[in-house]
Amino acid sequence: MSESFLQVRDLKVHFPVRTGGILIGQYSPLKAVDGVSFDLNPGETLGVVGESGCGKSTLGRAVLQLIGATDGTVSWLGTDLTSLDKKELIAARENLQIVFQDPLASLDPRMTAGDIIAEPLRNYRPAMTKAERRKMVAGMMERVGLLPRMINRYPHEFSGGQCQRIGIARAMILHPKLVVCDEPVSALDVSIQAQVVNLLMDLQRDLGLSLLFISHDLAIVRHISHRVLVLYLGRVMELADKASIYATPHHPYTQALLSAVPIPDPVKERAKERVLLTGDIPSPLYPPSGCVFRTRCPRATAICADEVPQLEQAGAGHDVACHHWNT
Amino acid sequence: MSDAPVTSNLRVPHSDALDKAADVEGRSLWQDAFRRMQANRAAMASAIMLIVLAVVCFVGPLFVPWTYEEIDWDLLEATPPNFELKHYLGTDSLGRDMLARLLQGGQVSFMVGILATSVALVIGVTVGAMAGFIGGRVDQFLMRFVDVMYAVPLMFFIIILMVVFGRNFYLMFLAIGFVEWLTMSRIVRGQTLTLRNKEFIEAARASGGSTTSIIIRHIIPNVLGVVIVYVTLTIPQVILLESFLSFLGLGVQAPMTSWGALIAEGAQEMEITPRTLILPAVCLSTTLFCFNFLGDGLRDALDPKDR
Repeated sequence: MSESFLQVRDLKVHFPVRTGGILIGQYSPLKAVDGVSFDLNPGETLGVVGESGCGKSTLGRAVLQLIGATDGTVSWLGTDLTSLDKKELIAARENLQIVFQDPLASLDPRMTAGDIIAEPLRNYRPAMTKAERRKMVAGMMERVGLLPRMINRYPHEFSGGQCQRIGIARAMILHPKLVVCDEPVSALDVSIQAQVVNLLMDLQRDLGLSLLFISHDLAIVRHISHRVLVLYLGRVMELADKASIYATPHHPYTQALLSAVPIPDPVKERAKERVLLTGDIPSPLYPPSGCVFRTRCPRATAICADEVPQLEQAGAGHDVACHHWNT
Repeated sequence: MSDAPVTSNLRVPHSDALDKAADVEGRSLWQDAFRRMQANRAAMASAIMLIVLAVVCFVGPLFVPWTYEEIDWDLLEATPPNFELKHYLGTDSLGRDMLARLLQGGQVSFMVGILATSVALVIGVTVGAMAGFIGGRVDQFLMRFVDVMYAVPLMFFIIILMVVFGRNFYLMFLAIGFVEWLTMSRIVRGQTLTLRNKEFIEAARASGGSTTSIIIRHIIPNVLGVVIVYVTLTIPQVILLESFLSFLGLGVQAPMTSWGALIAEGAQEMEITPRTLILPAVCLSTTLFCFNFLGDGLRDALDPKDR
C-alpha cells in the first residue's frame, strides 16, 4: 500500500449560484462535493456510485482538476494538485486521464479518429515524428478493438461503442497511471457495455493503471471495482471493499440502492424485500442539517438532524457514515 | 465484434480506393476538405471562374492597346465597340477604353474584397475566439471595445483615417477591414460560447492542451463553417462599400476606377449607353455569385458530417 498514490482529503467543490438580489446578486454555494476523502492504490479500481446529481461527475473532474476545488487537497504521488499552477498542472495531467460519458460529444467532430487519439501525443511528445505517432496510434487502435484503417474516419461515422473505444484509446495512449471513467458505459447498450467494461479491465491489467469508475449501475460497479464509494448529496455515505459492501451494506442508503437492483429471476425478484425510499433527493443548495440523508432515511431519529455523522469503521476496510449503522 | 467497420461509403466514390491505397496514412481536415470540395461541381466551377476573372483583370491590361486613363481624343464621347480603333468594348463618355477600365476596376474590386475581408477575418476570429473561450474579464473588455467601435460612425472613422494618414489606396482596405471585423467577432464569440462547454473541449484540456492550442485546434475549425458563410456575405458588402466610398470621393480616385464606381457612372447614362452600366454590372454580379457558391461549397467541404 503506497500511501501517496492518490489521496483525496476533505475535497469540497462549491458552485456559487445566484439565489436572489436585483442589482447585486446574492450567491449561495451549491455544494456539489462536500468533504470527500478517499485513497486510491496503484492498480486498483474504486467504484463511485450514487443517484443523479449527487456529485459523482464533479468529484471525478475535481480529482483531475478540470474543475477547481473549493477546499481540500488532491494529492497525487505526494504533490497537491490543487496548489499547482497551469503549467505544472498540464505536466501532471500526463498521468491522469479521463473517459467521458457521452462518447460522441467527447470527440471533436472535425477531427479524424487518428488525430483524436494522437492529440495527447502531440501535447506531451512533441519530439515524435509523424510516422512514429501514426504507428503508436495504429497500435493503440488495434489494442482497443478498432481497425487501424479507420484512422481517417470522423467520429460521426462510428457507432457509440466504437466512439467510446476511441475515447478510451485517447485516454490510454500515454500509458497514464490513473484514469477517471465518468460513466463510460451508461450511454451504450448492454452488449456493448460488457465489451467496453471488459476492455477497460484488460487495459487495467496490462498497463497496471488505477481506475476511478463512476457509475450509477451497481452491477457494473460490482463487476469492475475492488472498492466502492457511495455518494449522496456530495457526501460519502459508505466506503468499503466490494465483497463487504455487497454482502453486508451498513448504510440505509446503500441498502436501498442495492435492493433496487433487479434480480434476473422473477420468483426471487417478487419475493425480495425492497427498501423503498420516499421523496426526492433534496436540493444541494439547501441540504438538510446533520445527516444529509435523514429526510429519506427510514431509521432517522433526532440525533440525525443535529449531528453530522462521521465515517466510522464498521469492519476491516469498511467505513460508514451513519449514526445507526449497528442498530 | 458487434461494431465491425463499415467498408463502403456510398456517398464518397473515391473513399474505398483511397482507403486501400493510403491504408493507415493519416489525412488532415484540410486534405479531406479539398477532396470533398472537388466533388462539388458548382463550387469548383465558381472557383475556376473566379481565378479566371482575377487573372484576366490583373494580366489582361498588358494586352489591351489602351490604358484605363488614356482618352481617345478622336472620339471624346461614348462609342460602341469598334474593332478598327481597337476599342473592343467601346469607350465611355470621355472616350476612355471600356475594356481597359473594366479590367482595372476589377483589380480594385478584387483587392478590396479579398484584402479587406482578410483583415476582418483575422481580427474578428482572433478577438471572437479569445473573448468566447477565455470569458470573464477578457470577454467583458473585448466585447465592450466592440460596442464602442460599433458606435463610431463608419464615415467619420474613415474620414479621420484619411485626414490623419493621407489618402492611400491600401489604407482604404484596412479601414474597411477594421469596420467589418466587429460583426465577425460577435459571430465567432457566440459560436465559441456554445462550443466552450462541450465535452470534447474538456477532453482536450484533459489531454494536456493549453488554451492557445485548444483555440487553434478545436475552436477555430469548428467555427469555420459559420465564418466562411459570413465571409462570403462580407466580400460583396465590402465591394459595394468601396464603390460607395469612391462615389463620395474617399475611395479610389479618378481616373482610377472600380466596378462599383463604373456602375455608378454607367447608371447616369444608362438611357443613352446601357452598355456602360451592363458591362461592369455583369462582371460584379458574376463575381459575387461565384463567391457565394464558393462559400457554400467551402462550408459543406469543411463539415465532415455533410459528406
